[in-house]
Amino acid sequence: MFGTSSRADWLLLIAFSAFVLAAPVILKPFGAAYPDLLQKFAIYGIFAIGFNILFGLTGYLSFGHAAFLGVGSYASVWMFKLFTMNVIPAVLFSIVIAGLFALMIGFVSLRRSGIYFSILTLAFAQMSYNLAYSVLTPITNGETGLQVRQLVPADRAADYVFVLRDEDLRWVDQALGVVEEGIPITNLFGMKMSGYPGFYFCAVLLIICFFIAMRISRSNFGMVLKAIKSNQNRLSYTGVNTRPYLLTAFVISGMYAGLAGALLAVTDPLAGAERMQWTASGEVVLMTILGGAGTLLGPVLGAGIIKYFENIFSSINDTVLENVFSFLPTTLQDMSVAVTGMFVGEGWHLTLGLMFMIIVIFLPGGLMQGLTHLLGSFKRKFSNTAASTDSPG
Amino acid sequence: MAILEVTDVNKRFGGLRALHHLNLQVEEGTTHAIIGPNGAGKSTLLNCFVGRLIPETGSVTFDGASLLGQKPHQINQLGVSRVFQTPEIFEDLTVLENVMIPAFAKADGAFRINAWQRMESRADICDEAKHILEEMGLVEQGAVLSSTLSRGDKRRLELAMCLIQHPKLLLLDEPTAGMSRADTNNTIELLKRISERGITKIIIEHDMHVVFSLADRISVLAQGTVIAEGTPDEIKGDPKVIEAYLGGELG
Repeated sequence: MFGTSSRADWLLLIAFSAFVLAAPVILKPFGAAYPDLLQKFAIYGIFAIGFNILFGLTGYLSFGHAAFLGVGSYASVWMFKLFTMNVIPAVLFSIVIAGLFALMIGFVSLRRSGIYFSILTLAFAQMSYNLAYSVLTPITNGETGLQVRQLVPADRAADYVFVLRDEDLRWVDQALGVVEEGIPITNLFGMKMSGYPGFYFCAVLLIICFFIAMRISRSNFGMVLKAIKSNQNRLSYTGVNTRPYLLTAFVISGMYAGLAGALLAVTDPLAGAERMQWTASGEVVLMTILGGAGTLLGPVLGAGIIKYFENIFSSINDTVLENVFSFLPTTLQDMSVAVTGMFVGEGWHLTLGLMFMIIVIFLPGGLMQGLTHLLGSFKRKFSNTAASTDSPG
Repeated sequence: MAILEVTDVNKRFGGLRALHHLNLQVEEGTTHAIIGPNGAGKSTLLNCFVGRLIPETGSVTFDGASLLGQKPHQINQLGVSRVFQTPEIFEDLTVLENVMIPAFAKADGAFRINAWQRMESRADICDEAKHILEEMGLVEQGAVLSSTLSRGDKRRLELAMCLIQHPKLLLLDEPTAGMSRADTNNTIELLKRISERGITKIIIEHDMHVVFSLADRISVLAQGTVIAEGTPDEIKGDPKVIEAYLGGELG
């Protein structure tokens, strides 16, 4: 009687984990199997899963989720600068700070719904973005961005309290006697968090996040969130106080964004305000809708596709195209390069925009809707042929 | 004993006097119909019961507790469920999920985070949900999206969502509005069966056939105040009621 059984969920989780962990092999034919891009897939996958808990389940469209991403990054870099290059404290601290930030913004924004809620979240995010460039420069280091630096020489350490733009303290690492040569790299108990180890760290967290999102959407809490999207009026006359449910969903999705921000800093210890800009907030909305809002796999799929386009399509230039069309006569080759050139390189946004339009018009449920339809028609075909062979005569 | 007591309630919308020194008592276990011409204040009165409107003066007391200033979800938690003019259900969810949400709200209160437990692992709530669907004849549609139900089935689903909460008071706002004669009669049968549970009901209705089939007592509203109250037989013969419905000049 329920849409999914617990057994089907475990199978989905196992399949998802296998795919994520084997991604370096599976994505090789697509030219996407290098650590930097794989890390981005996993990180933005987490961001989109979290965003989907708010937008996909409750229907509340936040246009300011990048603020939590940025806050997570800053929080992590501060942990690196002040305490240790180990990533665990940084990740935990970022989740907590982003959660508190989401609690404040959500408390105010959730007094309104619909477009007014979206505008409020957008306003808060833009405010954070502008503050990071102006008043908060002691914390954010303004346009230069916050970076991990070399240690302060011991004789001047006492002068520093929070003015740490150019030199770091790392009290914990110093107390433990970690020797640093130059600018240190983030690590997980000694394991360097760049390249493939960095990807696997993000991948494991992605799987955990996916599992948590799955549990939420199968619980009564998740069902109430879906009911908010369906008919909030009926829900309050059913004895449910919707506001705290919404706030909890908002905070959870803010914590997911904080984790994603932390992982961006883990794989590249640098935090800049541009991470909080509204375009970054818009990107996660695109990812979720493209993949399928309200579905479990959709957001991860959408994040992967957008990051793939951003990194692969944008790197195709005229020389590559000329090689592709080299079998054509020169005039045709030039024409083909000119036409396709609009869709790649700098013009990858055009491809993405067209794809987004096609999907929203023909598959309002996102790519997952398309996949479900395909699977469904395959199943029907299969069962039809099975039935006709079974029938006597 | 009166379970719902409305005393001297006034409500204005700008210059319009929607409710005017209105008094009403609903006895426990009865079916109380509120009738009246359009604009008499029936819906305004109902909205004062559920927390959507707050009257300027007077009191509304349910089971010893004042309802004024309470939010809709708080009033529901006190034991008041309502059915809307057009069935309000969760169209994107399945029929079973639709009845499980109110069951959870009844069992766990207005807010509780149980984000880790699968819904169907709560055996008590599952059993209750299946039981109520059987009773309402919807058990075969349990896994169906509720938006695909017929209008009559949606009405039954909405009633199931109310009944699973074992309310003390059930408010029915024109439960047969826009229904065919056959659907109306089915709804009357359904509501009669509910009466056997002893739930107090308030029905707002235009259709006199429905009112006289169900009501134990009838209050007639006109221009925001109760002009007559009594058993169906008393109301049928009351000249004030005929005047209110047909207009003063004819009387």
